[in-house]
Amino acid sequence: MQLIFIYVIGLIFGLGISISGMANPAKVLNFFDFAGIWDPSLIFVMGAAIMVTAPGYFLVLKRPKPVFGNGFTLPGTKLIDRRLIGGSFTFGLGWGLAGFCPGASLPVISTGNPDVLIFTVSFIVGIFIARFMIQRSAQQRDAASAS
Amino acid sequence: MIETEFTPLAASFGGALIGLASVLLMWVRGNVLGATGILTGFMQPSSSADWAWRAAILAGMVTGPLVYLFIVGEFPAIQVPVSTLSMIIGGVIVGIGVTYGSGCTSGHGVCGMSRLSPRSFVATLSFMAGITVMVFVTRHIFGL
Repeated sequence: MQLIFIYVIGLIFGLGISISGMANPAKVLNFFDFAGIWDPSLIFVMGAAIMVTAPGYFLVLKRPKPVFGNGFTLPGTKLIDRRLIGGSFTFGLGWGLAGFCPGASLPVISTGNPDVLIFTVSFIVGIFIARFMIQRSAQQRDAASAS
Repeated sequence: MIETEFTPLAASFGGALIGLASVLLMWVRGNVLGATGILTGFMQPSSSADWAWRAAILAGMVTGPLVYLFIVGEFPAIQVPVSTLSMIIGGVIVGIGVTYGSGCTSGHGVCGMSRLSPRSFVATLSFMAGITVMVFVTRHIFGL
């Protein structure tokens, strides 16, 4: 039962991405091309999403717990560090090269568009590269502190 | 470069649906609807129940464009003004960036900003700065 609800939630998200234009690299890149052929549409996507999510979260998070499950899983860390800023800035650079972001590319895999598939495989490779690098630097730190 | 039409209505309606999905997931299961986190956990789940809900939401996501096709009569427009090489390099960089930055447009930009998380606010400003710089450099310095 829970999984059916969650499937429908995914469907609403995928439909929203499809309608919004977020999965259209030309539109996304034109939004950030302030010095050129600017298309302001995307500010309406994020604006509308936040205008729904902010009051929705406010109401939901006042409840003791979600419908299914024992509690809300919210990111615990409040740390604003080089990793957060550098990682996010790096993500932005890649987004600017490709025109797709993860949440926009995943739903439109089902269109079979070759560029979407190429992007998605590449970004999954990137995730594993980063996880490998993070693990290795953690091991090196451990080794350094042990010696 | 491909010129695109200003579509505030479709953008707002699509955005509202993205927001609705985010609220519903928090209400139903208590999770943030961030594409990076959902996919990463799907590939390396902590338990079978953890894998199941991620599989369900991803299955729903890919159904979205099919419902769009059914209603509108065609798939959503995907116009790609960049080369395949740019797509591959961009994709790898996105994967690295979202992993180090712990989130992307959906997780930080929509969910995090909506609960007024200072971390997400900083992350969103950072990736917006990154993409603005990259678009400026590729289009107006290299003229691609």
